[in-house]
Amino acid sequence: MKKRFTKEAVLVLLAIPILLWTLLPIYHIFLFSISSKDSAFSGALWPDKPTLRNFGTIFRQEQFYLHHFWAQIWNSLWIAVAAGAITLAVAACAAFSISRLKVKGGRAVMNLALFTYFIPAAFLAIPMYKAMGMYGLLNNRWSLVLAMVTLAAPYAIWVLKQASDKLPVELDEAAKIDGATPLQLFRLVYLPLMTPSLIAIGTYALLLAWNEYLYAYLLLSHEQTIPLAVALGHFIAADDSPWELLMATGLVYALPPAAIYYAFRRYMVSGLTTGAVKA
Amino acid sequence: MSAIAIPHAPAAPPRRGLTTWQTWGAIMIAPYVLVFLAFVLYPVSYGLWLARHPESYVKLFADPIFFRTVVNTVLFLAIAVNLKFLLALWLSGFFVHERTWIRWVSVLFLLPWAVPSIPTIFSIRFMFNPEWGVINSVIFRLTALDGPNWLNDPRIGLGLSMLTHIWKSLPFWTLILMAGRLAIPREQYEAAAVDGASAWQRFKYVTWPSLRTLYLTSTILSMIWSLGDFNSVYLLTGGGPADLTHVLATLGIRYIRLDQVDLAMATIVCAMPLVLPLVYYMMKHLSK
Repeated sequence: MKKRFTKEAVLVLLAIPILLWTLLPIYHIFLFSISSKDSAFSGALWPDKPTLRNFGTIFRQEQFYLHHFWAQIWNSLWIAVAAGAITLAVAACAAFSISRLKVKGGRAVMNLALFTYFIPAAFLAIPMYKAMGMYGLLNNRWSLVLAMVTLAAPYAIWVLKQASDKLPVELDEAAKIDGATPLQLFRLVYLPLMTPSLIAIGTYALLLAWNEYLYAYLLLSHEQTIPLAVALGHFIAADDSPWELLMATGLVYALPPAAIYYAFRRYMVSGLTTGAVKA
Repeated sequence: MSAIAIPHAPAAPPRRGLTTWQTWGAIMIAPYVLVFLAFVLYPVSYGLWLARHPESYVKLFADPIFFRTVVNTVLFLAIAVNLKFLLALWLSGFFVHERTWIRWVSVLFLLPWAVPSIPTIFSIRFMFNPEWGVINSVIFRLTALDGPNWLNDPRIGLGLSMLTHIWKSLPFWTLILMAGRLAIPREQYEAAAVDGASAWQRFKYVTWPSLRTLYLTSTILSMIWSLGDFNSVYLLTGGGPADLTHVLATLGIRYIRLDQVDLAMATIVCAMPLVLPLVYYMMKHLSK
């Protein structure tokens, strides 16, 4: 009994530094966003008079860096949804083709996709930036959408192929005997059975695109086309930046992905780790 | 489920049927192949073609910050990634305990991974501001001394970039190692307990042998990705002070901003001796 109590005490003692380490930078964002300018810069751990005024300033676009706040958050949303939907469509078709239709050369395509997955993102950004310039897509939101599809699709195909390989072969054979076309098999059998993995992958691509900074910063620079991440980066350019507004905007920007992540956590964690553990 | 194998004659599909299936297969894989050709193969080939001139490398090696950048990158991989994995290995042992409250801690613990980098890294940057950041305020309140000028010291700056990198990606790898630990059959631990094994012996003879492969492949994968970690350095120190905290990723992007694409590509080519063996290992391991 005593031993058990000691073990619980040790676990609690471990949890405290883990939580402090995890939450301090996040609490600091929250602290700044409910502080007035003076109190934010005083180094206090809790503001004297917590205020929501920063959010009013943001939503009414009353600050130089925030004149296009609504347009920019719309860009973030548009890019994330488009990248999520296209990745899902491209990856589901490719995984179905490789895993179920056993297309010739499917294995080679899988290997090329895996190879892409292993290129460090910041390295691929440089040739991609150059190529987007040649395609005339710089400063067009589609450039970021396509870049995000390129980055997300390899992992998406890989996870979907792993999940798809586990579906019994008898399904395809039964469908063939019933005279189903590949498209019918895809639509009526494959997609419904793969729903949990598809949710995980769609969420993964959506969050990847919403959170992306480097590619957005390279590919988009026009005030009207940039997503919120790049706009936040502009704040830091000036020494007298209104950091309490930057942190409040950052909080607004970080809330949707945190909410989506928690809503789909069950799918994400199982969907994203099964593939990895096999590795 | 399939304990009884029903022997069925391998269905010899009619020739025409096979071709429709292959045709559809080709149509459905085509979108990804197009994405790959347009946004990976063509850009990378063109980039390598741009990097073909030996003068680019002469110019690159003559840049005084290049050598420092290579050293920083190697330190970053060797220290940050390994420290992160030791922590992840240890923390995964904490999070596998089945308690409701530990599940809630794990939910909060995943936050750094789920939220975007830019607000959180800026937040860390503000915390370390020497004049009015919260860290130096606390140091001043406790000791009445001024704290160090954190991000203006290249060594501390690089160290803090590593900590930021660990803060951001530790949750993901802890999750992966946790899944690995949960896949170990419980009977092995029960057998070890019967034999009176100590905690260290349980780790050494049960946990580690099962986890070793996953630990190594994850470390290698994380090293490859950490080479491309632009945010942890750029958003925290901006490569400064005096361009002393760059890593290869931020140096490449710096050349792009200076419109020196040939130098940017040469930087990447210089990283290839580091990347390709790791990628080769991963490819061999995964396409089994």
